Amino acid sequence: MARFNSPEELEKFRQDLLSKRDPNAPCISVCAGAGCLASGAREVINAFEQEIEKQNLAASVETKGTGCPGFCERGPVVVIYPEQICYLQVTPEDVPEIVSTTIVGKKVVERLLYEDPNTGEKAAHESDIPFYSNQERTIISNNIKINSKSIDDYLALGGYSALAKALFRMSDVEVLEEVKKSNLRGRGGAGFPAGIKWEGSRNAPDKTKYVIVNADEGDPGAFMDRALLEGNPHSILEGLIIGGYAIGAREGYIYVRQEYPLAVENVTLAIEQAEQYGLLGENILGSGFDFVVKVHRGAGAFVCGESTALMTALEGRVGEPRPKYIRSNIKGLWNRPSVLNNVETWANVPLIINKGADWFTSIGTEGSKGTKIFSLVGKINNTGLVEVPMGITLRDIIYKIGGGIPGGRKFKAVQTGGPSGGCIPEQMLDLQVGFDELTKAGSMMGSGGMIVMDEDTCMVDVARYFIEFLTDESCGKCVPCREGLRQMLKILTDITQGKGKEGDIELLEELSETAIEASLCALGKSAPNPFLSTLRYFRDEYEAHIKEKRCPALSCRELVSYYIDPEKCKACGICLRKCPVDAIDGGKKKIHIIDQEKCTKCGTCFEVCPDRFGAVTKISGRPVPEPVAEEDRIIRKSKTK
Amino acid sequence: MSEIILKIDGKEVRAEEGMTVLEAARSAGIEIPTLCHHDKLEPFGACRLCIVEVQERGRKKLVVACVFLAADGLVVTTRSEKIDRIRKMIIELLLAHAPDSFKLRQLAEEYGADRNRFEKEASFCIHCGLCVRYCAEVKQKYAVGFIDRGIRKEISFIPEIAAKECPDCKECFPLCPTSYLQAAFVLTESLAFPSS
Repeated sequence: MARFNSPEELEKFRQDLLSKRDPNAPCISVCAGAGCLASGAREVINAFEQEIEKQNLAASVETKGTGCPGFCERGPVVVIYPEQICYLQVTPEDVPEIVSTTIVGKKVVERLLYEDPNTGEKAAHESDIPFYSNQERTIISNNIKINSKSIDDYLALGGYSALAKALFRMSDVEVLEEVKKSNLRGRGGAGFPAGIKWEGSRNAPDKTKYVIVNADEGDPGAFMDRALLEGNPHSILEGLIIGGYAIGAREGYIYVRQEYPLAVENVTLAIEQAEQYGLLGENILGSGFDFVVKVHRGAGAFVCGESTALMTALEGRVGEPRPKYIRSNIKGLWNRPSVLNNVETWANVPLIINKGADWFTSIGTEGSKGTKIFSLVGKINNTGLVEVPMGITLRDIIYKIGGGIPGGRKFKAVQTGGPSGGCIPEQMLDLQVGFDELTKAGSMMGSGGMIVMDEDTCMVDVARYFIEFLTDESCGKCVPCREGLRQMLKILTDITQGKGKEGDIELLEELSETAIEASLCALGKSAPNPFLSTLRYFRDEYEAHIKEKRCPALSCRELVSYYIDPEKCKACGICLRKCPVDAIDGGKKKIHIIDQEKCTKCGTCFEVCPDRFGAVTKISGRPVPEPVAEEDRIIRKSKTK
Repeated sequence: MSEIILKIDGKEVRAEEGMTVLEAARSAGIEIPTLCHHDKLEPFGACRLCIVEVQERGRKKLVVACVFLAADGLVVTTRSEKIDRIRKMIIELLLAHAPDSFKLRQLAEEYGADRNRFEKEASFCIHCGLCVRYCAEVKQKYAVGFIDRGIRKEISFIPEIAAKECPDCKECFPLCPTSYLQAAFVLTESLAFPSS
């Protein structure tokens, strides 16, 4: 295996690689990210390999398992090069046809293409699909082009050229200045300018310094960092090495959560490959700069995403935040200056070095530059990862890229920023996405989770859910967080169960103040956000729950009753048969009635009642009407039908 | 060590560099309430009762006095409406667990805290960590530790160590603000110590 002793050797190797690769040779890229693997991508890859073998095409056609391109909703995703034909929801049974028709016959398999739900128009290429065409994919776009286990694939796309540039054509100070000038802000939560953080560490007197990747991604429904680390691990490594060079660190750590086995596997392999090529280790590319990277697996605590807790855990102790008022870039891991940045932040670094800070600042808003990856989940048609320029509106993300709300339901709110973020209502959909803009709206950028909610979502219950998550994940060290959240969860649970009292909102507000002002770390300080932001925009829902014992979204089980409208019931018997507790009484031509005493409110009757009848309804905040008298329950045939 | 001068509640206080605000205040006879602090132990910053307001370079913020370092020119306010409100809330939250703790009831009186504001959940331990830290930092025996996290967190004696070390020590007993520690010890003793 080659070991590069100079940037020229790296460049020569790259040119050799490219000259051996025919850009017009067919290549089948199948997403091998965790999402697509779960929907059968491994079987699809195997089927392609077998079919290629069977049709004697192995010499001319390459099949590769790649990183995640983001369109998880329609996985497994397959892209055929060089035409870049994009097939969605591919199964092993589709494979022979794809090979015969597209690889051999150079024709498109129409039925596997994206079809616009409104116009019915088919789109053959990634760039024709609105989900992709409305994004700006600078970081994630390489995922589908790279076999996530191949350093050569990364090199072929120009990989490690930013490192070579930094080491040989820029001084460490120039690298730092470029990152500062780019105004790259941390993608993990707080949005602190990376360059300023780096500078603090660089200027700290201690000679031993560390750089660390925070890959402890734990927000419910967020998987941006997983996709990057699994799909393109070298891009993060390259960023980290450049960061080490800029601040004068010789050691780096990747703190990745235990629950991401594929990310651990791919990044560990990437480190080995980079070491073999002389891109990591001693005397990188002959520059005299030494740098090593170690992978540390987190043991499964959400709070370890907090910088001081992460460093404590890295040191091998219980992952609890430190109480000290000293920045970790001055005294962090083992009390040494330590720069901790999130996966996506590091992935931006090679781009900034290669393309320059001016390119980076040309994207985005005044305060937020570059792009941001969001994981778009919840009540949205196109679930997946989206990379957008800062400054795009929430409306564009949700409707143009996300394809709107499924089932013709009405949009209600979008939750951003992870569990300690907030909910943004419909009237603010034209808000530009940026660090300061989201904070001003009572939410935050966070690491990029974006959960879309429709009219069936109860906002009090949403707050309760996130507070429950945070209560569970609090380390329990300080009183305002541990005890404050315990009480907040109790009160919120009571409200959703119809046991809310006058004064509950005020008490929750007071508990929030204590948590915000007095908690030890950012988890506690931001924990009341789910409550405060839902209260800010949906106070009426809180009041309806407390004063009228009514859940306006008809979602809270204890506040909802199911009722069969006698005018609409056709006595079809479906709900009667499906009810798991035999709470429905009825018969042939006999209007069905729900026994409210027996009903467990599972909602089965509501779901199975045919749409054309729509007889089962939910009631909240008022008593269920008295059942019709026994003698009126027989349905007589209407003369008009 | 160089001398620094800070202002606490309008009073000029001389302190040494490296002292915390709490140490500086106490050296000048200014009382700031604490539950998890102990002079022999590393600052823990868990009960948050010693929250105070500091003003540094014109900016005001709330910090805990047991951890925040005193600095020359620092202006500290140890009582205000907001500080008292937060302390009162902290005391009320803890009273739900240890309603009869003498220390907590004293504090409740001072800050007008309502003993019954929150539903009782008498687990007695208030997680000040004095026993755990004293055993580790001063005695270096590690006979008692925290287990689990968040609202499920509790203290627990490690029977193998406790059986050997605790009977002749028990120095942590008087540190406990709720007397729960003794109960936990007796329980461990009866359940898990080898019968002699």
